[in-house]
Amino acid sequence: MTLPCDPPRGGAAARDTGTAPPPSPRAPGGAAGPGRPRRALWLAAALVTVLLVLALVSAGVGAYRIPTADVLASVQHRLGLGGAPLDRVGESVLWNVRLPRVVLAVLVGASLGCAGALMQGVFGNPLAEPGVIGISAGSAVGAVAAIGLGLGFLGNWTVTACAFVAGLFTVGAVYLLSRNGGRTEVVTLILTGIAVNAFAGALIGLFVFFADSGQVNQITFWQLGSLAQATWPKVLAVLPCALAGLIAAPLYARRLDLLALGERPARHLGIDVERLRLALILVVALLTAAAVAVAGVITFVGLLVPHLLRMANGPGHRFLVPGSALAGAVVLAGGDLAARTVAAPAELPLGVLTALIGSPFFFWLLRRTRRRQGGWA
Amino acid sequence: MSALRRGRAALFGRRPRTVPARPAPGEVLVRAEDLHVRLGEREVLAGIGLSAYAGEVLALVGPNGAGKSTLLGALAADLPADSGTVYVDGRPVSGWTAPELALRRSVLPQSAALSFPFPVADVVRMGRAPWAGTALADADEESVAAAMAAAEVTGFAGRPFSALSGGERARVALARVLAQRAPLMLLDEPTAALDLRHQELVLRVCRERAAAGDAVVVVLHDLGLAAAYADRVAVLHDGRIAAAGPPSEVFGDGLLSRVYRQPVEVFPHPRTGAPLVVPVRAEAKGEPAGNPCGPRNADGDLTSA
Repeated sequence: MTLPCDPPRGGAAARDTGTAPPPSPRAPGGAAGPGRPRRALWLAAALVTVLLVLALVSAGVGAYRIPTADVLASVQHRLGLGGAPLDRVGESVLWNVRLPRVVLAVLVGASLGCAGALMQGVFGNPLAEPGVIGISAGSAVGAVAAIGLGLGFLGNWTVTACAFVAGLFTVGAVYLLSRNGGRTEVVTLILTGIAVNAFAGALIGLFVFFADSGQVNQITFWQLGSLAQATWPKVLAVLPCALAGLIAAPLYARRLDLLALGERPARHLGIDVERLRLALILVVALLTAAAVAVAGVITFVGLLVPHLLRMANGPGHRFLVPGSALAGAVVLAGGDLAARTVAAPAELPLGVLTALIGSPFFFWLLRRTRRRQGGWA
Repeated sequence: MSALRRGRAALFGRRPRTVPARPAPGEVLVRAEDLHVRLGEREVLAGIGLSAYAGEVLALVGPNGAGKSTLLGALAADLPADSGTVYVDGRPVSGWTAPELALRRSVLPQSAALSFPFPVADVVRMGRAPWAGTALADADEESVAAAMAAAEVTGFAGRPFSALSGGERARVALARVLAQRAPLMLLDEPTAALDLRHQELVLRVCRERAAAGDAVVVVLHDLGLAAAYADRVAVLHDGRIAAAGPPSEVFGDGLLSRVYRQPVEVFPHPRTGAPLVVPVRAEAKGEPAGNPCGPRNADGDLTSA
């Protein structure tokens, strides 16, 4: 088992062509090699710190204020590490209202961020995002159908399951409709998104039309996107979906890198592209369904987060995929805190808030992409 | 490091692959047998029989639309055969999985694209992906460095791919293919975007790989390059092989004039004896004596020389 190309020849080649051989085999990696992981570690550490701080603040801030020290003491107490419980009201507010909401924000944010990073990789297009291209709306149709038709065949998990099936169907449809020769043009993708969003909107409208007033209230909540009705059973309802997706996603990171070369070159490098594509569509549907089933349609998180991370640490998916999950959690935990406190005692719908901030960003991105490509052709 | 990689590969359920042995000199690495390929209605390849042997550079030449790139795509297992078979390393291509094929052949596509702005070093390192989890993964850094030096891209290793010129991108793509170190290299017009120096560089690299025992199949437009660097050339015409063999035997005025529908002259290089192919042109421009296009006076008449 000899090497396909023995080392002395490499040196000879370099001499022939008049270039000095690199000082060490590691040298060319210098730019991307050792520097990158260290920066990735710093970024991850910073994100975890911010997330913990946000979680602590979110747990304490609200109509019933709980000092941070007391929050920590109560958590310590429940974990059996000393500390002290709060009074009865405080304990109930913290454990039955605040914490499920924080946990849900983290789960939903992580799912959306991660789904965004995966979709951009699969579509080979930095503008792909579950909300923009209609996957969220498609999942929402499933969720709304479950409510509107009063389905309950899986108990607590019914809405999530319906959102997953509808989401899966939508991702598959968008994927088939918008790709051409292994790539997705921006125009085709956005136009497909408009069509899918319109169709999903019509279906949701139909369900609203036939629903009674109680159901209409519930459905409206989905369309705005909110975490206001967070409870532990809701957390449990989406936990399997979200966890399965979040654990599976990083396993595809290396292959997503290769997919950036295009479909054929990826296959030349040993990637079973068909299987990879199917698996990733499944994971994206899982993550989106988890987010939509419990929080409604929250757009632009999946677009914004991977973009910022790519600017900070390059496009390598081994950091980007888990990093987007982490940063998505940070964004949504922060967003929910803002939604609760900015207009207190009233509460802004979270989906409205992310869209307010996300849309201008999307617009800027469109302009930039257009400038780089010199028009849409 | 390698133990860690192998452990990770096992954890992720990757089937351990047997690394193919180095081919013996003269061994057939890829063979097409009575190959027919249809693209839509058109039969682009109409019965191709061709082999590439370890240790040789085989050039595919021919006019536009003759089926050169289609043949390369079929050899690379990108395009399914309508009838006939392509064998890689002795087995029909349909009998290999994608990861197994990646250990046996590398492919340079005609145009290099990248969806995200990876740095050049990362792009070249992607060429090592097929070896992850095998013993040869230990040679990753060394192969990447050697490939980048050979393609002269070491100087911009840290720059993002999207910031490079067309010719630089083409060389980065070549470096990625070189880093893969597969015994069979399929290159589709590797010199198309390159300047004179780098055209020569690429073909020299092909020769070096052939000398080291690999088989290189390369689509070329420049007949001069093919004549100078290929051990054998196959001239494609209308989906068939019009002639195949050493350039000195295959490149003749008659055959090339007919295939390219352009009269050509073939004569040996005064020093090396390699065949030179030059189109027959009506008149050389700017000849001093007896030139009807020579300098004219103000009335438009020819001035006397």
